[in-house]
Amino acid sequence: MTNNWITTRAWLLMLPLLVVMIAVIGWPLIDTIRLSFTDAKLVGTQGSFVGLDNYVKVLSGSNFQRSLLTTFWFAVLSVSAEMVIGVLAALLLNQRFYGRSVLRALMILPWALPTVVNATLWRLIYNPEYGALNALLVQIGMLDSYRSWLGEPGTALASLILADCWKNFPLVALIALAALQAVPRDITAASMVDGAGVWSRFRFVTLPYLAGPLMVALVLRTIEAFKVFDIIWVMTRGGPANSTRTLSILVYQEAFSFQRAGSGASLALIVTLLVTVLAVAYAALIRKTAGAS
Amino acid sequence: MLKSVTTALLGATLLAAALSAPAHAQTKINALFMAQAAYSEADVRAMTESFTKANPDISVNLEFVPYEGLHDKTVLAQGSGGGYDVVLFDVIWPAEYATNKVLLDVSDKITPEMKSGVLPGAWTTVEYEGKRYGLPWILDTKYLFYNKEILQKAGIANPPKTWAELSEQAKIIKDKGLLSTPIAWSWSQAEAAICDYTTLVSAYGGSFIKDGKPVFQTGGGLDALNYMVESYKSGLTNPNSKEFLEEDVRRVFQNGEAAFALNWTYMYNMANNPKDSKVAGKVGVVPAPGVEGKSTVSAVNGSMGLGITSTSKQPNEAWKYITFMTSQATQNQYAKLSLPIWASSYDDPAVSKGQEELIAAAKAGLAAMYPRPTTPKYQELSTALQQAVQESLLGQEAPEAALKTAAENSGL
Amino acid sequence: MERQSLTLTIFVHIAALVLAIVILAPVAWLFVMSISSTPDLLAKPLHWWPDTVDLSRYGVLLSSVANSAGEAFVASLFNSLKVAGMATIAALAIAVPAAWAVSRTPAVGWSLYAVIATYMLPPVALAVPLYMALAWWGLLNNVFGLALVYLTILAPFTTWLLKSGFDSIPREIESAAVMDGARLDQILRLITLPLAAPVMATAALFAFLLAWDEFFYALLFTSDQRAKTLTVAIADLAGGRVSDYGLIATAGVLAALPPLLIGLFMQRALISGLTSGGVKG
Repeated sequence: MTNNWITTRAWLLMLPLLVVMIAVIGWPLIDTIRLSFTDAKLVGTQGSFVGLDNYVKVLSGSNFQRSLLTTFWFAVLSVSAEMVIGVLAALLLNQRFYGRSVLRALMILPWALPTVVNATLWRLIYNPEYGALNALLVQIGMLDSYRSWLGEPGTALASLILADCWKNFPLVALIALAALQAVPRDITAASMVDGAGVWSRFRFVTLPYLAGPLMVALVLRTIEAFKVFDIIWVMTRGGPANSTRTLSILVYQEAFSFQRAGSGASLALIVTLLVTVLAVAYAALIRKTAGAS
Repeated sequence: MLKSVTTALLGATLLAAALSAPAHAQTKINALFMAQAAYSEADVRAMTESFTKANPDISVNLEFVPYEGLHDKTVLAQGSGGGYDVVLFDVIWPAEYATNKVLLDVSDKITPEMKSGVLPGAWTTVEYEGKRYGLPWILDTKYLFYNKEILQKAGIANPPKTWAELSEQAKIIKDKGLLSTPIAWSWSQAEAAICDYTTLVSAYGGSFIKDGKPVFQTGGGLDALNYMVESYKSGLTNPNSKEFLEEDVRRVFQNGEAAFALNWTYMYNMANNPKDSKVAGKVGVVPAPGVEGKSTVSAVNGSMGLGITSTSKQPNEAWKYITFMTSQATQNQYAKLSLPIWASSYDDPAVSKGQEELIAAAKAGLAAMYPRPTTPKYQELSTALQQAVQESLLGQEAPEAALKTAAENSGL
Repeated sequence: MERQSLTLTIFVHIAALVLAIVILAPVAWLFVMSISSTPDLLAKPLHWWPDTVDLSRYGVLLSSVANSAGEAFVASLFNSLKVAGMATIAALAIAVPAAWAVSRTPAVGWSLYAVIATYMLPPVALAVPLYMALAWWGLLNNVFGLALVYLTILAPFTTWLLKSGFDSIPREIESAAVMDGARLDQILRLITLPLAAPVMATAALFAFLLAWDEFFYALLFTSDQRAKTLTVAIADLAGGRVSDYGLIATAGVLAALPPLLIGLFMQRALISGLTSGGVKG
């Protein structure tokens, strides 16, 4: 068998995947690009070419800038909280205690709970009149009266982040735990004999093993967080006073509620560009980390 | 392992496919309703059942979505050939639906009996530029509900006639320690907030649009928002109102935690039902108040109609269904959660029995119904206004500045 | 590690307890809400355990009476099963050959990275043309149409997972078979695929869970019982008239049950999948 034939055969085997990907991703993406230069409506008019008008309008509008900031904060805060809590939970799960295997098994629960169910659950928990969070905090005396968690701009985004974090930190924890289990026992033991402190042991012995897997988790979670739609749609629909209207919600509103497919498309592409830049930056970072260790 | 998983999946798929296979040869129509306020889901299902009993050759698939999803679902289903045949639409959408050809023009299907029998105010629900896009079904406005027991305890003899009086009475209730926040509204960032706002706009004699330009940022429109903000900041209004929809208002009112609440017709009989309500028998209802020197009562047109989509392949069956649902007989039978569109129904003792108070309020309220603006860009206008209302309530912007921004972003 | 101090042991146990409560409390509360009577749920102070246990909502949602709320819910349950099942099978069908090819022929590897890169695309960037295309083909509000769209998410993901699975199967086994004159399909069927069965099962589980969880496309592309999936049905319940929080919670419990069971019982397979991509970077 020649190399040529092997390569051809590989392409043939890839063909179904590539055809499907071009049909359901490649073509729609190109069509979105085309639409973004038109004033097409969702139903009815095909629209005519308007050049860069949509982009100019979107980028200069305050709606976009605000949503970008909201998305940014949502992504940064929820992902960093998930990473920190996830690693701490993993370190804990790597200790010995009664019921360890049961707790490890339970960690999968939040992750397996469908996102929409999670959002619904937390919306009920945050209910300003009959929610469990208000009831709990008042009963243990941490709060003197019920609060409107999802109704105040100050707490709405934080409440969403908490709900998102609860669902996703176990994923980080499980990934980190698997990496921790790969740390050879004798290395840890040796460093203890050397008298290394807890922090330096974590920093110089454990962390290098965690870095790779955590970077991957970080990239995946950040991209997900930038695309966030479901949890916000179910919990606040972007309110109060648009304080939780992330980019995806904004695109939905533009393209589907207002039916402006053209400017919706341009907005969606700007979001895509942002995520791409982010991913490329991360990829560079990963390569650097990999090179260093 | 994989094999068993795939087999299981395949099995489930096949089983599901078999279960969902159509087994009859009748005409099937799909209808979209909302699961919020007015007729309950159970009522709609019961009405539909009577219809299919009377018309065994037609079967009706019912779909219920939250009000917030009703518009988008209708519009999105346009693209699917086999989408809905009958859709429920709000009074604010005919302009857009007519412009985008979402609904069939049914002007020539309307009989003289309908023309003369249905209240004139109800017709405005389905009209745009002289054409009719369906039949009115829900004739509704927001009323002021009050808890008779709490007012009595506070020594208040009569419910408020003006918005200023409402604040005074709420203050008395608050000061006497009966309730810390006596008034409940639906001010969530949603259309519900615009309905409350419109009620106040009508009380203050304001208007939304003049000569195609927004004017709500001045005069009555501004007064209305100022009233809301003041009521919120003074602590007379339940601060959670800013994330309430109609159902939250009802729950709070039914639980005896609000002395006053602005809500639709349906709350009257639900709050009077001892099964779910702690305030049954204590529910009072009056038209929403007015403003001294400007109005005696206020009301928003919150009516809704049933129309046929332009993509429907069974427009005749769909029309049959709509006429059944909107018929006087059907509406009189289910007059507890939504009042009939038919003028003569209001004199029918079977309709008014047990809800005389509501009927009395309705006679004044329905006559004063004030429309939200009629424009194909209503969605954008409403979204901008919702933002203005919320920002003002939350103190992020002064009402005047917020409404000015809304006027700029309204798309008009 | 061997000689833990007492303080550390106590600290670890307390921390573990806190973690267990954090994980369990919300899930448990969802269940408690689903069996609490309405007065219990609206009580102040809130009842953490209902005075009257009310299981009737499970009956309501799982009833098959024609034109009832239960029928609509059950229909959406089946729709979710159909869509997730079909999308999973289709994704594996196209991912297995592609993943094997990339694993054995690094020369075509770049195309896989292009496929994986599409994971970055936010669904909103594809939604409008997909909507128009589905409308054109008459596949809106259709389980097949939705399953097809789900391939945008499932195919890149499963291919990636399977590729790292195939990488861990030594090529030598295959080349030995080639020496013996076996054909490609025989090698795959008799040697490689049986060895890759665990990773394929993992990929299938992940694909199924991803599809079960999907909301955005389902919200846009389905409208009624013929195709509406569970996630949309639940969002409708949560956003609308349903004044009974318990009913919303019950729907949540029912929708969460399949993935939770998969999660608990297929634990090992899922975690190996979660980490295999991760650990190898």
